[in-house]
Amino acid sequence: MKAYLSRRYALSASHRLYSDAYSEEQNRAVYGKCSNPHGHGHNYVVEVTVGGQVDPVTGMVCNLADLDRCVQNKVIARFDHTNLNVDERFTHQVPTTENLCIAIHNLLAEHFVHAALQRVRVEETRNNFFEYAGEGKHGTTSSRS
Amino acid sequence: MILLTRKAEFSSSHYYWSDQLSEQENLRLFGKCANRNGHGHNYTLEVTVEGEVDPVSGFVVDLKDLKEVMHREVVDVYDHRHLNLEVPDFKHAIPTTENMAIAIWKRLENRIEGAKLHRIRVYETPDLFSDYYGEA
Repeated sequence: MKAYLSRRYALSASHRLYSDAYSEEQNRAVYGKCSNPHGHGHNYVVEVTVGGQVDPVTGMVCNLADLDRCVQNKVIARFDHTNLNVDERFTHQVPTTENLCIAIHNLLAEHFVHAALQRVRVEETRNNFFEYAGEGKHGTTSSRS
Repeated sequence: MILLTRKAEFSSSHYYWSDQLSEQENLRLFGKCANRNGHGHNYTLEVTVEGEVDPVSGFVVDLKDLKEVMHREVVDVYDHRHLNLEVPDFKHAIPTTENMAIAIWKRLENRIEGAKLHRIRVYETPDLFSDYYGEA
């Protein structure tokens, strides 16, 4: 039987939303206070959902320790307590939480091999969150049937 | 079609151990969850049903009925119990959150009048949960 397992992780980072393609004025108009020159930070929550058949012996979709290790090594170690703007991923891309969500999804899709990655959700604040399930996909429910 | 979700909470103890694995394998695979004296969680159960809104009542399902079924079929059976030792669902299956979501689905499927079960979500902690949609 196929089940989905989700785990939430925390990381804190700073960023500044600013695009070189825009003028100062346009940046201010589009990003508002998020474009303040010295940046600002968030306590992000990253929710990772994986899916697969429940192993009849272990009762698990995958071993959580493997998921924790992969997220720790590929995501937390890379982004926690950093300035996202200086990460190479965001050299030519604005580190909005949409783009961070896609970046984290793609890192885990590449490196996590113990179950199928279904969705990554990144909460920037309690009231703002973003989800990415891969190009053209809509998360767990759309993968059914 | 609209989705409706109701939550319930229960507190239970459990441990992870498979008789099909050696002691060493159990300890390696399950870590501190394999402690045979068990440990416990405050679980949160989310039951999501799907259906059409009744034009007269404005309900998908009578929430009072849903609450009653959830309590009778799940909470009364799981709450303040040792899942491995006292709940028949886990006589032959380890009470992982995955297996709990599946077992709860089986308990509730076809028992909710007027609506179809859509999803069972079981939170073991606020940072860890399993979803089951009835998929084979």
